[in-house]
Amino acid sequence: MSAAAAPQQGVQTTYREAVREGIRAALLADKRVFLMGEDVGRYGGCYAVTKGLLGEFGPERIRDTPLSESAFVGAGIGAALGGMRPIVEIMTVNFSLLALDQIVNNAATLRHMSGGQFSVPLVIRMATGAGRQLAAQHSHSLEGWYAHIPGIKVVAPATLEDARFMLAAALADPNPVLIFEHVMLYNMTGTLAPDAGAVDIRLAKVRRPGRDVTLLAYGGTLFKTLEAAEALARENIEAEVVDLRVLRPLDSQTILASVRRTRRAVIVDEGWRSGSLSAEVSARIMEGAFWELDAPVERVCSAEVPIPYPHHLEEAALPQPASIVAAAKATMGR
Amino acid sequence: MPSLGADMVAGTLVEWLKRPGEHVRRGDIVAVVETQKGAIEIEIFEDGVIDRLLVDVGATVPVGTPLALVSGPAGAAPAAAQAAPVPVAIVAPRPPARPIAPPITRAIGRPPVSPAARRLADQHGIDLGPLRGSGPQGAIISTDVERAIAAAPAPSPRRFDAAEMRRAIGAAMARSKREIPHYYLSTTIDMTPLYRWIEDENAKRPPPQRLLLAAPLLKAVALALRGAPELNGFYTESGFQPSTAVHIGVAIAIRGGGLIAPAIHDVDELALDDLMARLRDLGMRARGGGLRSSELSDPTITVTNIGERGVETVFGIIYPPQVALVGFGKPIERPAVVDGAIVPRRMIVATLSADHRASDGHRGALFLSDVDRLLQEPDKL
Repeated sequence: MSAAAAPQQGVQTTYREAVREGIRAALLADKRVFLMGEDVGRYGGCYAVTKGLLGEFGPERIRDTPLSESAFVGAGIGAALGGMRPIVEIMTVNFSLLALDQIVNNAATLRHMSGGQFSVPLVIRMATGAGRQLAAQHSHSLEGWYAHIPGIKVVAPATLEDARFMLAAALADPNPVLIFEHVMLYNMTGTLAPDAGAVDIRLAKVRRPGRDVTLLAYGGTLFKTLEAAEALARENIEAEVVDLRVLRPLDSQTILASVRRTRRAVIVDEGWRSGSLSAEVSARIMEGAFWELDAPVERVCSAEVPIPYPHHLEEAALPQPASIVAAAKATMGR
Repeated sequence: MPSLGADMVAGTLVEWLKRPGEHVRRGDIVAVVETQKGAIEIEIFEDGVIDRLLVDVGATVPVGTPLALVSGPAGAAPAAAQAAPVPVAIVAPRPPARPIAPPITRAIGRPPVSPAARRLADQHGIDLGPLRGSGPQGAIISTDVERAIAAAPAPSPRRFDAAEMRRAIGAAMARSKREIPHYYLSTTIDMTPLYRWIEDENAKRPPPQRLLLAAPLLKAVALALRGAPELNGFYTESGFQPSTAVHIGVAIAIRGGGLIAPAIHDVDELALDDLMARLRDLGMRARGGGLRSSELSDPTITVTNIGERGVETVFGIIYPPQVALVGFGKPIERPAVVDGAIVPRRMIVATLSADHRASDGHRGALFLSDVDRLLQEPDKL
């Protein structure tokens, strides 16, 4: 992609390229920034996000690592403590479980345990979600687990703009920030608005205004939810779609403001329902907007099974526009 | 159209709260009637199904006019009764539902109401009962309540006409003075023990649960009436009919002028706390509208309590067809002789106006001294 593309028209791009441009911009802007992870250099990243960066920035700043999540995430924490601004890529959230000790016991705690003397300005990017027939060990959505942990921030860019600009905000944050990129979004094409710029990673965002029901989604389910909203509009139900996009800390204000307006909420979460982020959002709605509700909160989540390999079963296990439409209509008594 | 007082000749139907086909149970509020005393909720005294509404909203009809037909619980021949529902639906009354079994429709339980609808209804004083829900599982939701708010007749005819009420009071009092041979008795009661007791009690209670003087006074009157049946009941064309129940009409002054004396039922059987709660409730409803027909039609005696800002003595006029009225003046601290010494005591003048057709002064005197005796031992009230 060319940085010189006509700025008035906006830039035709993909989610993958937008993430890459975000990383490039960070590398160019700050000498302390470097990238490491499995196959990020010579291979160009397993989702080809980092293709070309090794040639442009060299092996000092684009570092291929051994296959040990615990080791290279730990190294990232050390580098951050030492004053660097590391971006660590983990292939998928399933693999991040090998680094759970580093993330939860070290990255999330050191600022607290040192009384604020040491910050860990680390950014960890990882792919999440299902839909590419990668089966049960590469397809899960565990971001809700990370959203449980105090001391880290968790974001889930779904739009091109967020894919491009969330990284800068994450690097500027003194806390460890986890960025979850849904695998089905990498090929998404679109136009990056010419005025696109800094993203505030404290705020959720209303992606489609509506008055009848609030659909809360993030990451990979955002576009399915927007599609459902279009279908609902054809039946004269005006759904408001809120992109949570910050999973920790949740932007309760934006969520509650929308639900108080529409009096109905459907939470769409590719995680499993039990003990999920959708449960947390539902609880916050109960705590903050109970007296405004006209219907029980509905949830559309993944079936409680390991994500299946066969295409039709994988599709059946995931939230789909039709199930979102049905849940929204249930809140309307239709 | 029920008689809501001896002086009432006609009433205006302002609202039906039940529709044809609806089941009603004894005690349900079925309509609102405008009288000289303001808007009164009309209760029904039969169980059954509303068959037909006979009087349109807005019509003024004489006391005794049937308002609606109610079929009995076994589908018996329709009996005229005072009861029925909302006017909009007079178009084509459904064929009289013949309830073979008890109503299944609503008896299963109330329809769900969403939190938002509940709050909205509360804010706008909307009764959720008659609403139909359009939400999930038939729930009543906020839009249903919004529709009801929009449809609610601007709380129109529930107006209060001071001149009307003045005329009503005049008519009743003139009749009383014309027909009832009053006799009057008076006694001064030492209230010091009662005041001390109330102070001790109230020191233990949060403000909303504190007792006012009126509650023990009413209770003492009610208990004393058990021994004075000649003072409690109605005098009608067929003579005096004593009442076993003690329903005390409590005179309540209406802001802006006027007076109303709705009943608290079975005062002799109420605990003081319950009596206090009834008093508060009655005062609020008397001033804000919402009195029930039975409260107006069946006091067996009236008590008027002048209170702290009044005068020493009340010379009451009996409210027909009752046969007695008890008055309490303002409690005053004055010198009294107690155990041979002059000491300051809180005293109150209690008066009795009674109907000589039903009792004599001797009976009245025993009654007043009973009230005195009861008030000396407030913890037993």
